[in-house]
Amino acid sequence: MNLAIEVNELTKKFGDFVAVDHISFSVKKGEIFGFLGANGAGKTTAMKMLIGISIPTSGNATVAGFDLNRYPDKIKQNIGYMSQKFSLYEDLNIIENIRFYGGIYGLSRKEIAEKSEKLLEKLDLQSVSKSLVSSLPLGWKQKLSFSIAMIHEPSIIFLDEPTGGVDPITRRQFWDLIYEASENGTTVFVTTHYMDEAEYCERVSIMVDGKIAALNTPKQLKQDFKAASMDEVFYQLARGAKRSDH
Amino acid sequence: MKQFIIFVKKEFYHILRDPKTLIIIIGLPIIQILTFGFALTNEVKNSKIAILNPTIDETTTKIVDRLEASRFFEIEKSINSPNDLDAAFKSGKIRMAVVFQNNFQSNLLHNKKADIQLITDASDPNIATMVSNYATAIINDAQTELNPNYQMPYQINIATRLFYNPQQIGAYSFVPGIMAMVLLLISTMMTSLAIVREKELGSMELLLASPMKPLVLILSKVVPYLIISLFNWLMIVILSVWLMEVPINGSFLLLFLVSLVFIVASLALGLFISSITDSQQVAMMISLMGMLLPTLILSGFMFPIENMPLPLQVVSNIVPSKWYYSIVKDIMIKGLGINAIWKETLVLVGMTLFFIAVSLKKFKIRIS
Amino acid sequence: MRTILFLLEKEFAQIFRNKAILRLIFIMPIVQLIMLPLAADYEVKNINCSIIDHDHSPYSRRLIGQIEASTYFKLVDYQQNIEGAMPKLEKDKSDIILEIPQNFEKDLIKEEKATLLIAVNAVNGVKGNLGAAYASGIIRTFNQNIRMDWMTFPKMNPIPEIRISSIPWYNKMMSYKIFMVPGILVILVTMVGSFLSSLNIVHEKEAGTIEQINVTPIRKHHFILGKLIPFWILGIVVLGLGLIVSYIIYGIVPVGSLFLLFSFAAVYLIGTLGLGLLISNYADTQQQAMFFSFLLMMVFILLGGLYTPIESMPEWAKVITKFNPAAYFIEVIRMIVLKGSGLKDILPHFFAIGCFAVVFNLLAIWSYRKQI
Repeated sequence: MNLAIEVNELTKKFGDFVAVDHISFSVKKGEIFGFLGANGAGKTTAMKMLIGISIPTSGNATVAGFDLNRYPDKIKQNIGYMSQKFSLYEDLNIIENIRFYGGIYGLSRKEIAEKSEKLLEKLDLQSVSKSLVSSLPLGWKQKLSFSIAMIHEPSIIFLDEPTGGVDPITRRQFWDLIYEASENGTTVFVTTHYMDEAEYCERVSIMVDGKIAALNTPKQLKQDFKAASMDEVFYQLARGAKRSDH
Repeated sequence: MKQFIIFVKKEFYHILRDPKTLIIIIGLPIIQILTFGFALTNEVKNSKIAILNPTIDETTTKIVDRLEASRFFEIEKSINSPNDLDAAFKSGKIRMAVVFQNNFQSNLLHNKKADIQLITDASDPNIATMVSNYATAIINDAQTELNPNYQMPYQINIATRLFYNPQQIGAYSFVPGIMAMVLLLISTMMTSLAIVREKELGSMELLLASPMKPLVLILSKVVPYLIISLFNWLMIVILSVWLMEVPINGSFLLLFLVSLVFIVASLALGLFISSITDSQQVAMMISLMGMLLPTLILSGFMFPIENMPLPLQVVSNIVPSKWYYSIVKDIMIKGLGINAIWKETLVLVGMTLFFIAVSLKKFKIRIS
Repeated sequence: MRTILFLLEKEFAQIFRNKAILRLIFIMPIVQLIMLPLAADYEVKNINCSIIDHDHSPYSRRLIGQIEASTYFKLVDYQQNIEGAMPKLEKDKSDIILEIPQNFEKDLIKEEKATLLIAVNAVNGVKGNLGAAYASGIIRTFNQNIRMDWMTFPKMNPIPEIRISSIPWYNKMMSYKIFMVPGILVILVTMVGSFLSSLNIVHEKEAGTIEQINVTPIRKHHFILGKLIPFWILGIVVLGLGLIVSYIIYGIVPVGSLFLLFSFAAVYLIGTLGLGLLISNYADTQQQAMFFSFLLMMVFILLGGLYTPIESMPEWAKVITKFNPAAYFIEVIRMIVLKGSGLKDILPHFFAIGCFAVVFNLLAIWSYRKQI
């Protein structure tokens, strides 16, 4: 099997409200997979099920080769996650954050030391390695967050709106990190609001009202919807949504 | 004014969206006044005592019977030897041992003298004093009964009259105390947290950037908590009067107005705390860990303030609940009017102004 | 196991980084421990006494002199009549009024009987009552002296007398401070234990870092242990510091075994920490956690026997105290420190507190959800 993620009729209900409605799709190994949808379409809920912090109401998925319902902890060892809400410890410095997350993913002290070294060099953060994370600019925090989510070399990385609120240059740099991870064989599963970022993905799915309304390469999608840009594709789909903030 | 109302509404939405907190805030004073109003008492009842009586005779039996019949004591029958006493005290089995001397009755008849030792567990000195006083009184009574025909010459009788709380109801002292403490702590915690929370979330900057004056802004944050606190106050008063039968001998209107002043002072204290810290954790530690025991002990309802060393008497003056406690007692229990309480009220007003002035200054510094 | 080390490293880094919290954790308990026992003192002195002397006789003056000479009383006022003395009573400026009636001396000598009047301000319950008791004691002594003066004839046939002597054990000076210090220390240790640990986890919830932890393969009990151990150590350190302070300031040397005391504290802290974790699992915001801790602390303190004896409480309140871990520790610390009680004496308490520790922590682990 050459699939990193395989989702089968996955559903999440909160009372009467069906947040995610029987979705099925698959993501190939090493692929950059864009997971799009308007606010409230259900993409964050779907993602939380795939990373094992939300229990599906019904349906199943295989993530990194493990059955979601049976081995959520095995999955956790093999994935990385970076949330839209910045979630490193603000009152720890960079080194301490790296050491902590490395430690709970089971890396040895030696591995952690080597990785920190490389990571700091790559992000050019050596000079501030002892500064508290709270003192860093947002763009740096996000790149750091990403690198720490990758510290245990997961086979899949889940990114939940990773570039919210940062300037275009930092966004560009951030995508360089994503490409690099993908070239090294990591599968990237990313949700985003920015349609230009959708163009960077190899394949894109668009969720509307808890269902997957479209799934294909950006090129093919534009063709199918006779649209000039992903923006237009998204607009056409989202317009029909019953529940949305727009 | 319109802006002000909008802000107050926003604050109320915050509060109403968090029912868990709301339930705790409103339920807490009710639970506390009930529990503590009924359960707290300085009286000593049912203390376990041991009787060591080497020679059982008519007199000792009479005394023991009297001790046993009193509601103060329960006799622990398993202890019969002086060697058991230490162990019995150490395991907390008994509070006191009544030790008769050998041949008690024959000594009393022939030597006209007989000894009783009351050995108390003075690790709690208060209870020790009380139980030994009760026992002394009971034994003295028994003695009078043993010599009914003997009238003491030159007897001075003491007639004692109790004022203000003739039935010695503990609630009269605890209810005003708990009222003062609960209102102070809840009001302070609510305001300090609400404001520091906005600081932490960064929404304070947003608000400060709005065209509203800082004073109006702060008022709008405080008003909802004022209303909740007044509601709490009303609940406490209703429960105290109906359930605990604590009277309101003075004017209800006066009590209400002074309570309003006190609540505002507490809210201002919360404001002050929020102006000196940016972190919810610090605000909470100050208002809970830092204030709980001091208000409990220094407001005067558990321990008389005049008894404290002078420095602490001075410190107690900065505890707002001390003043309010004295006011509530004056109005509710003693039925006194404004003449008796204007000084205390003035102190509370002064504190309020001080806290507000300092907080406003701090907030302004932040903006510029 | 290795994971726990990383968790501990992180917790301690955070605790030591936050100087404001650190200061509060250590300084606040110490300051309170130094100050509060001085204030929490039932040894009543300086009872304010107003006197109305209608008799103006040598005897009445002698009685007043004896009251004045006692260390318990402070004469605040001489008045002509009760109306004059009442305002002071009203204002709490005086606690008792002693009224000596006209012809007190004459009645006592001629009629062999006289009555004195004591008016007590009962709003100040403790003070008024003790004042009346002390005054009665002084009057009784005075009475005996008078009797001696008049019954100078040899006591051929004295009345049989039972002599009662009161012997306080364990606290010979009857010092109330020695009683209060250990109790207050328990409350302070409890606050550090349950309150801080619950705030800590809820803080991670609010900051969103707990979600990041939940996507890691970390095991529930590792995470909980990682949270428990730092605050457990803090609690033990605060207890140790508190004992040192109570030795330096109040000269309190525990009579019993320190090892036993710390063993009990160790189990007690595990229990209260578990309770703190339990609170944090159900609280969404630090505000909720704090208000709930506040409620608990009030119950711990007031229904824990710190100030008022548990045995005098009504039955339903006694039942509550059975479920109050602080009540056990307050009793045990007093037993060990003041009386030197041994393991055998506190075994029932140990058992109860052990049950709390197990139950609270099992509940905490069970209710901590990595998944929703």
